Amino acid sequence: MEIFGIPSQALFGQLLIGLINGSFYALLSLGLAVIFGLLNIINFTHGAQYMLGAFVAWLGMTHLGMNYWVALVVTPFVVGATGVLIERSMLKQLYKLDHLYGLLLTFGLALIIQGLFRNEYGSSGMPYPVPDVFKGAFNTGFMFLPKYRAWVIVASLVVCLATWYVIERTKLGAYLRAATENPSLVQAFGINVPRMITLTYGFGVGLAALAGVMAAPIYQVNPTMGADLIIVVFAVVVIGGMGSIMGAIVTGFGLGLIEGLTKVFYPEASATVIFVIMTIVLLIKPAGLFGTQK
Amino acid sequence: MANSVPKPITSSSKLASPASQDDPLASSSEKSLWLAFALMVAFFAIAPIWVYPVFLMKVMCFALFACAFNLLLGFGGLLSFGHAMFLGIAGYGAAHSAKVWGWNPEIAILFGTLCATVLSIIVGSLAIRRQGIYFAMITLALAQMIFFFCLQAPFTGGEDGIQAVPRGQLFGIIDLGDNHRMYMFVLAIFLAGFLFIWRVVHSPFGQILKAIREHQDRATSLGYDTDRFKLLAFVISGALAGTAGAMKSLVFQLASLTDVHWSMSGEVVLMTLVGGMGTLFGPVVGAAVIVTMQNYLAQLGAWVTVVQGVIFVVCVLAFRRGIIGELANALKKPL
Repeated sequence: MEIFGIPSQALFGQLLIGLINGSFYALLSLGLAVIFGLLNIINFTHGAQYMLGAFVAWLGMTHLGMNYWVALVVTPFVVGATGVLIERSMLKQLYKLDHLYGLLLTFGLALIIQGLFRNEYGSSGMPYPVPDVFKGAFNTGFMFLPKYRAWVIVASLVVCLATWYVIERTKLGAYLRAATENPSLVQAFGINVPRMITLTYGFGVGLAALAGVMAAPIYQVNPTMGADLIIVVFAVVVIGGMGSIMGAIVTGFGLGLIEGLTKVFYPEASATVIFVIMTIVLLIKPAGLFGTQK
Repeated sequence: MANSVPKPITSSSKLASPASQDDPLASSSEKSLWLAFALMVAFFAIAPIWVYPVFLMKVMCFALFACAFNLLLGFGGLLSFGHAMFLGIAGYGAAHSAKVWGWNPEIAILFGTLCATVLSIIVGSLAIRRQGIYFAMITLALAQMIFFFCLQAPFTGGEDGIQAVPRGQLFGIIDLGDNHRMYMFVLAIFLAGFLFIWRVVHSPFGQILKAIREHQDRATSLGYDTDRFKLLAFVISGALAGTAGAMKSLVFQLASLTDVHWSMSGEVVLMTLVGGMGTLFGPVVGAAVIVTMQNYLAQLGAWVTVVQGVIFVVCVLAFRRGIIGELANALKKPL
């Protein structure tokens, strides 16, 4: 079977890879958006924290015999806790300054973390096995769908939607959105805003770590796995606009798919297509597809 | 940026009026700047006696790069996280025109600068559509796009880069193969670039740029087309970064992907931050410090990255004025 002269097997295969990449774009840009909403800081360390997630899972497996499911639950808390430490000890001092200092600080932290891991583990990848439950593939009739990949797509969709639900539909989320609008007023109502800020940062970092654990069996565990990815995620964030949680999710998955399609129809442009889309969006709607400016 | 960047102590708004000539403060600050400039020229004139000239040329290339970057960040308040694209693309332009087309070095450098200028017009007009953090992310993303372009384009030589670029003969007569002649050539371009930036900063244009940095909406309400001024600052900065890159490719006879990579964009931010953003001489000192550090730590591999990260963190948390900024603050004079 062929679609537009492309074998359907290849087309669906690339679309699947696109969806997988899109899952990670969505998870990471969601974390960035949540952090930016409350802290007004672009977390450049996000890519390094994604890498940390994968490494904590891998180290847990090799040293402590921790299995995939335990890693999936424990890792976000471990890496999130390091995020809390970073926020308490460093980021906290920068809130009254220009937002650019937050970007520079987190960039420095990313260099430190990635440099340390590169010293220790080199830049070649370490394999992380697919958990036994997800070995094999579904035969959907038109293509083979590896079970683990299906799980990643479903799991990240669930996590994204759950985050959206908590922020947009619960009381906790209402506090969060109120604090984003006007922190001092929310504080005056007796809500501990500084603690909320700390936990929000920890949560965003935890999301990045979760993405890292899910990525470990697909890509290899590698000290530089987050370094280039974060730049693409920045472009995703610019395209979507950071105002909306749902916007981050939709843009993430959508751009993953577009990237997958580009790999089929014009492979040379697959590395740059997201940046090209960013350029077009900036020309047409500078605030981003889901964003509001000023 | 408003609270953090040490403000120039000159009565700068008065500089434009003729009365400022009698202003003792203005003339004394003018004097301290010239004194610092004389010291810098003297240093670069004498230093090759003790220090390897190629190393000093590297310092000057990066110093011009950082000065150009600082014009945008320190005086315009715009953080570009993709300035390596101008350094890199001009490097490729100069290397290609010198090697493949056999152009003279001065024309090759002009051509490299022209490439960077064209690129900065395109990138600048896109990036200034958003402000603050978005501006940084957009420039970073576009620079990554240029990186992939350079990786795939046929004329850049991919991973190998353009190697064995001839330094050629200046104006067709002076052979630049000799390091000492090349040194004088690089010194002349660096000083010309530095003086140009100095002039720009102290021109009415520079004053408007600072006004936009401090309060963009107010500048708009005073009737300035802020986007035009920001774009012009971006293009001047990109073009000079290009000059630095073109010069660098002739000095090292190599144009490679390193110069287009995002880590290079990070390095120039670091140099400016260490030296002191918003100061004239800070980026020069910062470039010297960082290049020296890289030279000594080169054998240590990825530790260089770690050390750079630590310097970033320390500078942001405790040393936001930078070396020259602290010095200027202690002396109560602009530097």
